[in-house]
Amino acid sequence: MKTTSPSSYDEMLNSDGSVRSAYAGYCQWYDEQAPDLLRRKGSEAEAFFRRTGITFNVYGNEDAEERLIPFDMVPRIITAQQWRKLSRGIEQRVRALNAFLHDLYHRQEIVRSGRLPARLLKGNVAFLPEMVGFTPPGGVYTHIVGIDLVRTGEDDFMVLEDNARTPSGVSYMLENRETMMAMFPELFTRVRVREVSDYPRRLARSLAACAPPACDGKKPVVAVLTPGIYNSAYFEHAFLADQMGAELVEGSDLRVENGRIAMRTTRGYTPIDVLYRRVDDEYLDPLTFNPNSVLGVSGIMDVYRAGGITIANAPGTGICDDKAIYSFMPEIVEFYTGEKPILQNVPTWRCAEPESLKYVLDNLAELVVKEVHGSGGYGMLIGPTSSRKELAAFEAKLRAKPENYIAQPTLSLSTVPILTKAGLAPRHVDLRPFVLVSPNGIDITPGGLTRVALKKGSLVVNSSQGGGTKDSWVLDD
Amino acid sequence: MLGRSANGIFWLFRYLERAENISRLIEAGFRMALTRDAADASDEWRSLIVTLGLRPGYEARYGLEYTGAHVFNYILRDKDNPGSVLAMTEMARTNARMVRGGITREVWESVNDGWMKLKEALARPVTETRLGDVLDLVRRQSTQVRGAMEGTMLRNEIYNFARLGSFIERADNTARILDVKYYVLLPSISYVGSSLDNVQWENVLRSVAGERAYRWLNAGRMDPRGIAEFLILDGRFPRSLAFCYSKLRSNLASLAREYGGEMHSHEILRDADCQFHQATIDAIFEQGLHEFIGTFIRNNTTLALQIQRDYRFID
Repeated sequence: MKTTSPSSYDEMLNSDGSVRSAYAGYCQWYDEQAPDLLRRKGSEAEAFFRRTGITFNVYGNEDAEERLIPFDMVPRIITAQQWRKLSRGIEQRVRALNAFLHDLYHRQEIVRSGRLPARLLKGNVAFLPEMVGFTPPGGVYTHIVGIDLVRTGEDDFMVLEDNARTPSGVSYMLENRETMMAMFPELFTRVRVREVSDYPRRLARSLAACAPPACDGKKPVVAVLTPGIYNSAYFEHAFLADQMGAELVEGSDLRVENGRIAMRTTRGYTPIDVLYRRVDDEYLDPLTFNPNSVLGVSGIMDVYRAGGITIANAPGTGICDDKAIYSFMPEIVEFYTGEKPILQNVPTWRCAEPESLKYVLDNLAELVVKEVHGSGGYGMLIGPTSSRKELAAFEAKLRAKPENYIAQPTLSLSTVPILTKAGLAPRHVDLRPFVLVSPNGIDITPGGLTRVALKKGSLVVNSSQGGGTKDSWVLDD
Repeated sequence: MLGRSANGIFWLFRYLERAENISRLIEAGFRMALTRDAADASDEWRSLIVTLGLRPGYEARYGLEYTGAHVFNYILRDKDNPGSVLAMTEMARTNARMVRGGITREVWESVNDGWMKLKEALARPVTETRLGDVLDLVRRQSTQVRGAMEGTMLRNEIYNFARLGSFIERADNTARILDVKYYVLLPSISYVGSSLDNVQWENVLRSVAGERAYRWLNAGRMDPRGIAEFLILDGRFPRSLAFCYSKLRSNLASLAREYGGEMHSHEILRDADCQFHQATIDAIFEQGLHEFIGTFIRNNTTLALQIQRDYRFID
């Protein structure tokens, strides 16, 4: 199996074509399989996903079918040792994020100390004045985090995005594993892989540990708030609610009653203690934020501030997903933990700074430029694959509003093979581990979601733009 | 459970039941049309559209011309028909997605799988040759979902709301068939039973998949009063009004046990249910079959609305 690509780090093969230790067990198994059998399993898996309804909707196209996120059958494998180091880094980062959020909404020591420019907060819509001076139940801001990691070498994992707001994709992590176990049970008897299936139980426990004062020691009632069945991640909302044994509610099911948020059940209105919301801040409360929102609950912010409900993640955590803030994460980690960051940032130029802007403009064709507030791979420029016309258009945007952008080098993301008609072929991947935070601690599910760019050479792994996913394995010691 | 979910479950099963019943109606109509001359066949197709309450929509599309292919394609798949079988199956599936957490994986997969197959089968116009297969598919989906529910769902409030939806709808459908066809069962036409009458009567039975059961119970003797009695009062036949109401009664009773009390809908049901215990078919004919059915349909609708109100399906 010779599938190396010269420039990037391949996670399966050494540069001499020999198999790395992480994949030794898998490759042994793979070599024993008939190739057409694996391909047949591939179409089985697709039929399985369609039948079970693991699909996502694409916005802006009413007639579009629900789409499947393509699933590749070759697992992405991480050794126990690599994972230990990653976990330490992730834990440190998440601890810092929560301390940072608490500080931002209270004394803002980090700004006073001069480590973070005040201009990043001023007029930033992701910074919510409504949260100032308020501490969420249990002191937790980011109950669920899905940090995006990229890898460029044996020990070089870097954080690409923190996703502290509402990370999605965990249902794919779970279903991908189920699918692999159903298709290749014998593989799992040969390679010891750490479990991920208890994530929903851990999520439920973690959320329950953040119950608000009004819960008063009773068993907390947890509900998942979804924008509804037309949301692109609806499957995941329903899946998680189901797996947690929680109600899946919509804004229209909820109202304020006796200082609590209550849901309309067949027996009357019942108070909710912890709301795992998959609705953005902006739509959460029409009285406080976007008055036209029908996805939220009028008055929920007042109830929240009075201790009547826990909102997970807390409103205002989105400030951490701001890419200008991201560029300060190394300083932020050090400021709050007193330690050197274990996980590095991707080097980032802030276009708001004149020297950086000059560098970015001079090297535009080599860089990736992102909007400070953007997400999902929209509104970004990938220099090396853009035409001269696209570059010129972007240059104009940059000059007009430099503070709206940051730039990063085009990273040579690591590759993991996918199964193609011609056999194994390397494709670029990233990794999104899922992290739970409660007053009881930080809980990281071993593995996460591996997204893979299915097109040869492509670096864009987003599912909205043709990326696929893989099962991600952390090997047991 | 959430009121919205109860509503979703209730309607999921109403839609499936309705799709199944429509497929039976089409099948009976098709069979009838095959054995008649063109003018009578056209009457038969019109009566089908009338039974389903689709006349204004159909005539806006095709005028007064009733041909088989137009009629069954309109009922099955026409984009302008919001009550088409395809639309109904789609709504059933949308509801199933909405209440995904309340149903088992088997139930969801049966709904989803049936929808995928039907969508494909109805992607192009249905020909007379394909009609049988398509109708079969519709019925099979409903059967499969019912089976999955029977075999995998907890017997709790969710199950009760599903069953209430099924039987409210089924009672309504059987009653509507009687409402449109009552005249063939009236004594004024003929007690003797010409061969045409026999075909008409059998057609009524066929529309509710009751022809075999009826023959078996009556040693093959067709008589309109017996047929009406069978469809209205025979508690052994799963599509009779009496059977549907005995199921509504037991499911509402389970809810009352689970919720620790009765609601207004229990009262309405008790009144409606009485008529099946006390009534005889002779009394019904004396009162007027048409009036009886009309009242029944209205009361059935009232009951459905009251259930939705009592259990907070909507705000």
